[in-house]
Amino acid sequence: MRNGEIITAGVLALLSIYFMWKSAELPIGYIEGKGPGGGAWPFWLSAVMLVSCGMIALNWWRRTSPPSQSEEPALDEYGWRMLLLVGGGIVVFVALVNVISMYGAIMAFLLYYIRYLGRHSWALTFAIAIPVPILFFFFFEGAMRITMPSGMPFTDPVFNILYEIIY
Amino acid sequence: MEILSLLADGMLLSLQPLNILLILVGVTLGLFIGAMPGLGSVNGVAILLPITFLVPPSGAIIFLAAIYYGAMYGGAISSITLGIPGASTAVATTFDGKPLARQGRASLALVTAALASFAGGTVANILFTAFAPVLATLALSFGPPEIFALMLLAFATFVGLGGDDIPKTVFSICFGLVLGAIGFDQISGAPRLVLFDINGFLQGIGFLVLAIGVYGIGEMLWTIEMTRGEVTTSTPKLSMKGMASDAKEATRRGWKGTTIGSFLGFFVGILPAAGATPGSLMSYGVAKMVSRNPENFGRGNPDGVAAPEAANNSASTGSMLPMLTLGIPGSPTTAILLGGMVIWGLVPGPRLFTDETEFVWGLIGSFYISNVAALLINLSFIPLFIWMLRMPFTILAPMIFVLSIAGGYAATRDMFDIWLMVIFGIGAFFLRKFDYPLAPAVLAIVLGPIAEPTLRQSLLLSSGDPMIFFTRPIAGPITVIALILIFLPALKLLRRAPARQGAAE
Repeated sequence: MRNGEIITAGVLALLSIYFMWKSAELPIGYIEGKGPGGGAWPFWLSAVMLVSCGMIALNWWRRTSPPSQSEEPALDEYGWRMLLLVGGGIVVFVALVNVISMYGAIMAFLLYYIRYLGRHSWALTFAIAIPVPILFFFFFEGAMRITMPSGMPFTDPVFNILYEIIY
Repeated sequence: MEILSLLADGMLLSLQPLNILLILVGVTLGLFIGAMPGLGSVNGVAILLPITFLVPPSGAIIFLAAIYYGAMYGGAISSITLGIPGASTAVATTFDGKPLARQGRASLALVTAALASFAGGTVANILFTAFAPVLATLALSFGPPEIFALMLLAFATFVGLGGDDIPKTVFSICFGLVLGAIGFDQISGAPRLVLFDINGFLQGIGFLVLAIGVYGIGEMLWTIEMTRGEVTTSTPKLSMKGMASDAKEATRRGWKGTTIGSFLGFFVGILPAAGATPGSLMSYGVAKMVSRNPENFGRGNPDGVAAPEAANNSASTGSMLPMLTLGIPGSPTTAILLGGMVIWGLVPGPRLFTDETEFVWGLIGSFYISNVAALLINLSFIPLFIWMLRMPFTILAPMIFVLSIAGGYAATRDMFDIWLMVIFGIGAFFLRKFDYPLAPAVLAIVLGPIAEPTLRQSLLLSSGDPMIFFTRPIAGPITVIALILIFLPALKLLRRAPARQGAAE
């Protein structure tokens, strides 16, 4: 945790500097008759972020914050595995939205999570993974009139049937 | 006496069979729309606005007000059961609502939220009925310096809420404010902070993108990692007797927060541009400050649920006041209501109370009826919401992820925002590991776009002199209180450090 705390503070300090640099593309001082320049607000806030990172580093050096006192790893083997399986699953889910549609991606993600990660029976997995996207379709497209991504053209025949029902 | 007779007439109007039906349907729809992460009262009112052309204007506004009420009650449901605030007004509800649910006391949290919302709505209705014109004038005396001072006070409350690690809290506030500044400069219209020159940033980063990323993805990953996937909530039990005892406990342990939230929420709500978010946050902060056991806040204190819930309901009613009396909407939802009124041929403003008496008092009467309907409907659906929590975590977790992604898309209609949400979620997971408080960032992204223009307008008014925030009669005291609140914890920390050193020696 101790190493992670200072690395995180360093990354956030770099982010603050980047924000300051981007903000400075607009005036950051006071312009007579016009008030503070367009970049002033984010620039000075980013400067405060940078100072805060300095103070976090100082607290790390003085070992006053709980993470700076801990020698345990920030993420153990389980943590990395969980991040890969669950976080990675979410990334794949979002990537699939434009391929097999939002509803198709929801179905695939539920199948993956409930069956593979949750180790539930196939019966329960199907009982949830199939009706949920259908219910979502009727709620969003039918009731709320919100059109979700329908993926690549090969999904059209399915959507044509569903749109026939609601329109 | 005249007011009471007008109110009685208004209530009779809203008790007509068609209007009662509209209230019941509106509240129920609002409750479910508000409970859905990503959707709030603004979506409900906007989507159902066209339906209102089928009924007379008084029925139409009663229907929309009922949706508004239902959604404000519903916001607490996702905050408590899923830990995801569906709207910025319900962020503070997660602080104690989620821990209560984790302890198997979701029923207590939901009952507390319902009762506090009812109390907040009732207090606001009474204040609204009795003092509408006077309060509208008071709200008008809040110019840019006063609104900025109020925002400063809200940020000061964050410092108090962020725990002992003040640098991390300050970082979180500023990070949220900078994210809120991405897009276009509101004054000059120039593109600003277009990160890595990606055009998607031109539209800015919305509250929901950060909120769903942090709570729907980041917090969930953190919970799975910390509990090794074995989330142990004691099975929430529910019976009529249990709900009655929860109601008693909610009244006993949540009355202080309810009282604070009801009054503070209303006064913040009536200010144009302020709204329910700073109201709910300030109420939480004040409830924590005046509590005998402030250390219990954030660990499942019913007062911590009652204060923001009473405040956001009270503020929602309050925000109707400048809309009706001055024609100034206090929130996005009231802006849509205002648009509806204009379409129905009504002119909001000071003359509305005299020219359209039946409409105005019918609406005010419907606030009372909607509030009672919202309480009863909400309480009757609590078993359904509790049932959701009984699901195994390996089913609940993917459902939350799916709701987050689909709800996020429904709100923004942009895949770029969904990718940002995922990035924020993974980033929030790491920041949470190192004890960075993230609620201040989520709230700051909402308040930033209000704070920045008011600061710039104030400095323009004073030709760059910051003393404007200290010399005006309303802004001055608020600014001083805010600065004390900001620097007090810092001073305490500095005083504690040498003491600790001394003890070590």
